[in-house]
Amino acid sequence: MNTAEQTISHEQNEYLSFVLSDEHYALDITSVKEIRGYEPVTKIANAPPFIKGVLNLRGDIVPIIDLRIKFNVGEPVYNEFTIVIMLNVLDRIVGIVVDGVSDVIRLTDDEVRPPPEFGVAFDSQYLHGLASVGEHMVILVNIESLISSEELGLFDSHNDGGDK
Amino acid sequence: MSIDIEQFHAVFFDESQEHLDDMEQLLMELDVDDPDLEQLNSIFRAAHSIKGGSGIFGFDALTGLTHVMENLLDKARNSTIKLDVPTVDLFLETVDLLKVILDAYKSQSDLPDEDIQQGVAALEQALAKSAGDAPPPQDGEPAAESASQAADDGFGFFDDDEPVADDGFGFFDDDEPVVGQQAEVPAAVASVAPEGQQDMSDSFGFYDESALPVKPDEIKPYGFFKPVEQIRDDVKSVAKSNEIKEEVKPGSRRKAADTKTAAKETSSIRVDTHKIDSMVNLVGELVITQSMLSMISEEVTGTVGQKLQTAIGELQRNTREIQESAMSMRMLPINMTFNRFPRVVRDLSTKLGKKVNLVIEGGATEIDKSMIEKLVDPLTHLVRNSIDHGIEKTETRVEAGKSETGTVILRAEQKGGNIVISIIDDGAGLNRDRIVAKARENGLSAPDDMPDKEVWKLIFQPGFSTAAEVTDVSGRGVGMDVVRRNIESIGGRIDIESRAGNGSAFYIQLPLTLAIVDGISVAIGDQIFVVPLVNIIESIQPTREQIKSIGNDNLLWIREQYWPLVAVHQMMDVDDAIEQPTEGIVVLLESSKRRYGILVDSLLGQQQVVIKSLEQHYRKVPGISGATIMGDGRVAMILDADSIAERCRPLAEEELLA
Repeated sequence: MNTAEQTISHEQNEYLSFVLSDEHYALDITSVKEIRGYEPVTKIANAPPFIKGVLNLRGDIVPIIDLRIKFNVGEPVYNEFTIVIMLNVLDRIVGIVVDGVSDVIRLTDDEVRPPPEFGVAFDSQYLHGLASVGEHMVILVNIESLISSEELGLFDSHNDGGDK
Repeated sequence: MSIDIEQFHAVFFDESQEHLDDMEQLLMELDVDDPDLEQLNSIFRAAHSIKGGSGIFGFDALTGLTHVMENLLDKARNSTIKLDVPTVDLFLETVDLLKVILDAYKSQSDLPDEDIQQGVAALEQALAKSAGDAPPPQDGEPAAESASQAADDGFGFFDDDEPVADDGFGFFDDDEPVVGQQAEVPAAVASVAPEGQQDMSDSFGFYDESALPVKPDEIKPYGFFKPVEQIRDDVKSVAKSNEIKEEVKPGSRRKAADTKTAAKETSSIRVDTHKIDSMVNLVGELVITQSMLSMISEEVTGTVGQKLQTAIGELQRNTREIQESAMSMRMLPINMTFNRFPRVVRDLSTKLGKKVNLVIEGGATEIDKSMIEKLVDPLTHLVRNSIDHGIEKTETRVEAGKSETGTVILRAEQKGGNIVISIIDDGAGLNRDRIVAKARENGLSAPDDMPDKEVWKLIFQPGFSTAAEVTDVSGRGVGMDVVRRNIESIGGRIDIESRAGNGSAFYIQLPLTLAIVDGISVAIGDQIFVVPLVNIIESIQPTREQIKSIGNDNLLWIREQYWPLVAVHQMMDVDDAIEQPTEGIVVLLESSKRRYGILVDSLLGQQQVVIKSLEQHYRKVPGISGATIMGDGRVAMILDADSIAERCRPLAEEELLA
């Protein structure tokens, strides 16, 4: 009874769904590089609280963002079940911390509902859309625009951020 | 300084080969009807580089041919002549010929003189045609021309050694009978043999792809000349038909090149730097895994534990050696580039009748190989500029009250997160008026009150050559814009300082993306930082008497001087750091303009670290020049003494040492 199974003639996109607290999110699977456990990171001076720091990913210095802090959902705990999804976005590698990874889902564009225009705390510019999978509502994150957003401050922009 | 000229020859050969390959590719891609100026410029630059390099080493055949080619190319890119297919063909043929000449120089065999003369003649003919504004040549004409050249090219190989060539052809001429009459073959071979092994492999290997792997003993005459059919065809086609020339020419040449490079290949191999990058990274990971293993092995006791530790000790040695060799693949002392300049300066100063003394400093500074290669052209250009435009003639110098001999300093040094290469001369300096005039001539805005710094930047504009006349030293328009572009392509920056009458200085700042830095790792609170050794003056454990304070800021009194103490733990937002100077250790640092001390909890040890860019996946962080990976796999930040000083301006600006 999975809606994702009802393949019409439309092309399906694959999404990796993950859990933040009790909310279900998903992102375009083509940007996922790998999934790992959480490891201690090296703190970066004057970074916003959701940027946990950097770690060594086979020789690359990769920033780690805790989406739970960024989206303000749940309690950021770090244990052996905490998951980091390594993403390849715009030629960069960025890790995001989530509570868990649930499934790979397939959705056609028809199944993706546009986000409501108001009434949600989640900034709609990072929202690709909403979909219902089983009995859950899955929030499809536009990971590219999120990662490259000025708000996240991952990329150098005119404001140098964090100056005391 | 002793110079191993062979070393530079090899570099020149490699570079020229690359330039020729580029030229060939660009020529192939060139749209004859609507040529891309950038492409033409690139081709021109490649030719120019070969000409320049070959001139330095005295490879006159290359210089001569590229010179004529360059003239024609120059006309093409200035649209003085219209490009057409025969011209491009002619260029391609010239490129082929250049490759042959290059190979000849490389293998130190005789030059195909006849071919060169014909090549030059063909180019000059084209030049003359363009000068006379003649209509594009008829189809038949260049074809015939190139055909004769093609044939010559092919045979040119044998010109290296006349007797062999004759034997070879004599042999092939009675191709048919030989096949039937075995007796004649050994005779033919025997007549060749005395010429020596090398001749054999050179000219015969030329025809036979399978010649090399076959052991000489096993070579039956037929086996040796295996593709008889093909050779026969080749020979015939060369002899009487020019239709198949395309097949013969590139094919036979490539084979010739193969056999020659095959012999060289053992000594050096060119590898894509990305492959080395990923290997260096992986080896780094291997080292970390190994140290994790050795930590675990300490928990294993008994005889098994001992065995394990012996094995891991072995592994440790091996991984370290692998790491060292992987690193060394990437890094080279900049002397590789610098060492060519004494010759450049000597030749150029003789040619221009100037007395120039070249001073090289910091040649041992290690730099990424890919940067070394890309630095060659801009540095050559800058040094030549300094001598040609900067240093004055002897009389002028004497008149101006300077020493007869001008000085050019070529210096490399590591400064904070950068490598700075300076080209400094004590010549006349840049001519502000002439640059401004030239800028206006080129339609650029150059107000009278423009600051000097801005004026100097104007010379980086395309087409900005202030040379009064075109010489073979400079002034052809391969200008500073190309220099700047080359430097920017490796993430660098170029600055100019100049004072009329005192000389000019060009500073090239290059990033340390892959450079290794000697550093001391220090603990500050719960974090580890690396302080570059170049910035460290000393470390001391201050006594209570040495600490003074102004307001909330601490000063360190040492050897009759006050040093400001920078609260790095605050700047780096570190928890649980020692805040009492007397409880920790003060590291005295020197950045480019300021001196200050930082307070750390403890010193952990000195080590070489590979600087990794934070900006690659994150962004620039103030006070940090990069990151590195420590032995346990954790990331440590590398402190940037310059930017820490800048961020502490109010305190550090006390200029207590002034």
